[in-house]
Amino acid sequence: MDSNRVEEIIANYNRDKTRLMDILIDIQTEAGYIPATAIPVIAKRTDTSQAYVEQTVSFYHFFRREPSGKYTVFLNNSVVAFMMGRDKVARTFEEEAGCKFGEVTENGLIGLFDTACIGMSDQEPAALINGKVFTRLTPFRVREIVRNMKKGKPLDELSTSGYGGGKNASDLIRAEVRNNVQRQGPVMENDYTPGTVLREKLKHFSPDEVIWEIKLSEIRGRGGAGFPTGLKWEFCRRAQGEKKYIFCNADEGEPGTFKDRVLLTEYSELMFEGMALAGYAVGATEGILYIRYEYKYLEKYLKHVLEKMRKQNLLGKNIAGKEGFDFDIRIQYGAGAYVCGEESALLESAEGKRGEPRFKPPFPVEKGYLGYPTVINNVETLCTTVKIMQFGSEWYRNLGTHESRGTKILSISGDCRYPGIYEMEWGYSVNDILDMAGADDVQAVQVGGPSGSLIGPDEFDRTICYSDLSTGGSFIIFNNTRDILQDVVMNFMEFFIEESCGSCVPCRNIPWLLKQKLEKILQGHGVWKDIEDMEEWAGMMRINRCGLGQTAANPVVSSLKNFRALYEEKIQKGKRFDEGFNLEKAVIESCEAVGRIPLI
Amino acid sequence: MSNRKVIATTSLAGCFGCHMSFLDIDERILDLIQLVEFNKSPIDDIKKFTKECDIGLIEGGVCNSENVEILKEFRKHCKILVSFGECAIMGGLPALRNTLPIEECIREAYLEGPSVSDSNEEGILPNDEELPMLLNKVYPCHEVVKIDYFLPGCPPRADLIWDTLYALVTEQEIKLPYEVIKYD
Repeated sequence: MDSNRVEEIIANYNRDKTRLMDILIDIQTEAGYIPATAIPVIAKRTDTSQAYVEQTVSFYHFFRREPSGKYTVFLNNSVVAFMMGRDKVARTFEEEAGCKFGEVTENGLIGLFDTACIGMSDQEPAALINGKVFTRLTPFRVREIVRNMKKGKPLDELSTSGYGGGKNASDLIRAEVRNNVQRQGPVMENDYTPGTVLREKLKHFSPDEVIWEIKLSEIRGRGGAGFPTGLKWEFCRRAQGEKKYIFCNADEGEPGTFKDRVLLTEYSELMFEGMALAGYAVGATEGILYIRYEYKYLEKYLKHVLEKMRKQNLLGKNIAGKEGFDFDIRIQYGAGAYVCGEESALLESAEGKRGEPRFKPPFPVEKGYLGYPTVINNVETLCTTVKIMQFGSEWYRNLGTHESRGTKILSISGDCRYPGIYEMEWGYSVNDILDMAGADDVQAVQVGGPSGSLIGPDEFDRTICYSDLSTGGSFIIFNNTRDILQDVVMNFMEFFIEESCGSCVPCRNIPWLLKQKLEKILQGHGVWKDIEDMEEWAGMMRINRCGLGQTAANPVVSSLKNFRALYEEKIQKGKRFDEGFNLEKAVIESCEAVGRIPLI
Repeated sequence: MSNRKVIATTSLAGCFGCHMSFLDIDERILDLIQLVEFNKSPIDDIKKFTKECDIGLIEGGVCNSENVEILKEFRKHCKILVSFGECAIMGGLPALRNTLPIEECIREAYLEGPSVSDSNEEGILPNDEELPMLLNKVYPCHEVVKIDYFLPGCPPRADLIWDTLYALVTEQEIKLPYEVIKYD
């Protein structure tokens, strides 16, 4: 990529350092990597330093520093991918391409890389190839894909799998991704004409009345933390600031979660309308959809929807003829970082920086994006608020349970006959859900993703609600053939090690130490002290800065709590100490180097 | 005097800085000697264990076969083992070599380093069987034997060493106020 083109890209974003993510994403997309020569140019033009640009580049998984192949394959390595045969798929990629994962073929044609969950857990194993999603991969399909790569075919012709249902088949998406909507509840019910709330309802509601209505509905945030949405809007409305922002958090990175992907595909108008509604309520004029890079294949379509809504006067100036109701939305992509799902890390990222969570307070409603009061809501929350305005808070309050109102969209994957998304009223038991998804012989369920809890059959009568088993929606099922420690806990710990932003010492180190301990136990060298250490060390995670860091030891904590016998049966009985130190092995190298025979 | 606790100390892959810090307890050493007697230790120059000990203080990490042997001796003869100082606990400065292949370290130390390149023309590498064998990396003590307590610091402050020994000898719990465990 020549420097003129780099200059052009920077100019497209007004040489604004807070748009560094966009600048880098454009360069990455065009060149396939971030050339070292581009960095000083960006630094100079955006009036920052090279170190400033470097720290952002180095933070994100999808920013490559080296050419990563004409075709860059990112094969998902989440737990469900392995359960669905990732090993064979990966091996076939390596054999056919002629290079290992983490490498690029000598001719620079194909690069193979691992990536964390890409939000396709109901159709694994899945991969991103130059941003295009390939799902339900098998060795047969991999051979076909690699053969076509070698022929130099364009992305669309690599495979002949056909398109997924719904809008996935539209010209603007053309993805083989399937929606797998297994159960449609009130939020996803197609009883809604886009624009109705903005055009009709807002005639009768002042911003304060909207907030009041949302508060009456008692809806809580659907991203996982469960903060009351009406209260959040009210705080932001009251906060002082010459500008305010509405963010939609579409960075669903929790392995096993994919419901936002379906909402983005099929219900984007509902979501954008929810953002406009929130804008109206808090007095914000700008909205930003922060969406994970893995969903870049939806970009054209989402832009098209925004354009359409502008034409319909559902975005822009004086929306729906309401004087002074101005609101517009832009899309901000991430570049592969789980921690950016944490709202303050998301803001940092949207400002072009490393996605490191901020200290709180101040909370984003007081001091958020660029220092202005900001509301950050999950995709599902925003969709729901529109339905609440349409049908009334009373309607919504009658759904779900007394303290968990409404519905929750679950992403169900793993060992069941019908993986996909299910919109359920709160209050069903785990047993109900397993029954519904067609899961037999279940050994364990991971509720809420790796940062949630791993529960066994004796807890399957617990209910899905904020006060019992709270969840952002991920629901991964493991049957009795799975090795919980080796296949599940280990995979999750590797995920957290990879995804820690590195700011807080416990989050940076303890997951790694826990993994070492777990490996030791699995190899049969464990002693009681190891279990005690794991429990004690995991306790230190609570001093991490953000919610993600605080829960990053949960795979170990909850498996130790609910599957303790699995650990205990692997521990050496009657042995107090075993660090596996072996003097013979430890001296071999140095003896060879100096030319002497080890004498022990 | 027979009820005095018996202490042994050693410096493995360390710089003796922790022992120096130990001596920084100054005149309290007179109090200490009322409470304890020293066995194998550089402080009284006893080379071999002559009796079973109550407390062993280990300075330095484990970098060669001799360190391993001594550390195991300590474990055998001491009821309580304490890693004192950064090197014993984490390998410390010597562990910087852990990132390099050992063969490279040896070449640099004996053949190519600026201070040896002229003086070792025959390219002799230390391989006499009397010499301890280097380990592939520097290990913290607790990866070789069980360690009961850890005293952090580079070196641990004399007061901390004194408080620890006093607590161990009198079998009381050590007081660890916030200032003592905060390091920045």
